[in-house]
Amino acid sequence: MTPDTHNAPRLLVKRHHGLVRATHWLSFVLLAGMVASGLQIYGAYTRFGERGGPSYQPNPFQDTTFPAWARLGGWLAGALNWHFALMWILIAVGLVYVLYLAGSGEWRALLFRPRDLPGALAMAQYYLRLRADHPPQGKHNPLQKLAYTSIVLVGALAVLSGFAIYKPVQLAWLATLFGGFQLARYWHFWTVWIFVGFLATHVALVFMVDPASLRAMVTGWYRGRFPSHD
Amino acid sequence: MTERRERGAGSREPDAPRLDRRQFLRLSVAGGTASLVAACGWDGGNAIRPALLSVSRFNDWLGEKVFYSPTRLAPTYDASERSDRLPRYFISRTMPLVRDPAAWRFVVDGLVERPLSLSLDDLIAMPRLSYTVKHHCVEGWSAVASWHGVPVSAVVERCRPRREARFIEFTSFDAGYANGWDLASAIHTQTILAYGMNDSPLPAAHGAPLRLYAPTKLGYKMTKYLLGMTFTDRRPGGYWEDRGYPWFGGV
Repeated sequence: MTPDTHNAPRLLVKRHHGLVRATHWLSFVLLAGMVASGLQIYGAYTRFGERGGPSYQPNPFQDTTFPAWARLGGWLAGALNWHFALMWILIAVGLVYVLYLAGSGEWRALLFRPRDLPGALAMAQYYLRLRADHPPQGKHNPLQKLAYTSIVLVGALAVLSGFAIYKPVQLAWLATLFGGFQLARYWHFWTVWIFVGFLATHVALVFMVDPASLRAMVTGWYRGRFPSHD
Repeated sequence: MTERRERGAGSREPDAPRLDRRQFLRLSVAGGTASLVAACGWDGGNAIRPALLSVSRFNDWLGEKVFYSPTRLAPTYDASERSDRLPRYFISRTMPLVRDPAAWRFVVDGLVERPLSLSLDDLIAMPRLSYTVKHHCVEGWSAVASWHGVPVSAVVERCRPRREARFIEFTSFDAGYANGWDLASAIHTQTILAYGMNDSPLPAAHGAPLRLYAPTKLGYKMTKYLLGMTFTDRRPGGYWEDRGYPWFGGV
């Protein structure tokens, strides 16, 4: 239960189903392709707002061309074709992941619920070094649940704002929901930086807090500090 | 016990963390390779580009059969909401101009019962539609402007396409710029042959004397500097469509 297992040999436990591991790594590769082709598409018009009107702010990347290493597609049409092909695969992968969680009951270990709030505060105190000992946890701590729940919602937001940009007339109701075509572009662009920020934090925490979880995401087997499953 | 002690214990453990680090290195190499691939501005190369274009054709099909509704109208705006400017665009080196506007004719031919040759006055005498709508460019910008002209459906009624006619090719005097359209998109209520913009005659910068306009399409589908429309049974290409842009181009 608690992570005080340093005296006893650590348990080797099965942690991730093959579907979770496959969708995890596929999402990573596909999302990288979506971001890179998206940055190439952004280069065709590097601001948000109607022609002749004000631009939506904040946008630190207004009038910025991203470096070539960050772009995919070579030019606008090439990038659009990558973006509009990868999007279907990524949506399918995302649906497989969410449906697996729903069907297997695994969602219980991942979904952040109001009762996780006190635990989330305790974890935040630990990370901010206001608390010395790591709070006890199950498979995931409440902050992880918050992160993994949020990122699924951000994914949904990216898909919906994407469709609003893709068909702003046929799906005019969706574009209106985001505040119009240009604001839908704006929110779609911001989801990129949420994904990038999530990735940086996610990878940093894996290595700083629980490196064994990386092997678990590759092989499915976990031998680390937090072996219990709830 | 403290976190510090625990971490110490973890690092003494023989296998797990070290193996993870090795795997991390391997992953980094894979990730780096992917970034290098992206760095080349890769459009998929000869191996993947054809596959991407096939998916684009599939997306055309989805755009036409799933997303597109022949009866759905694009939202209209008030004239006061017009954007201050709309970028002009043509592929010729200088702005295409009609030398003798009186001699200009819009030619309707191909698979039709009754080929037509219409002067600007002929077109102005036909039913007229005006609207203020949002223009969506494939580049990501948008702008609101007003347009007026003849619904393409009125011309279609008059020329009476034959049963095998399923597409229309719109041709221009802008260095061969052309677009292929499906019949359903062309006869949409809001698809017009525009001879006016913002309550004035269509300016040369925006395709005078006649251009195609449709708020249900991306800007590059709306042929400017029109010469004519040809009904076909085979899907015509188009200037940007042949260079990799989506053929259907619906918004």
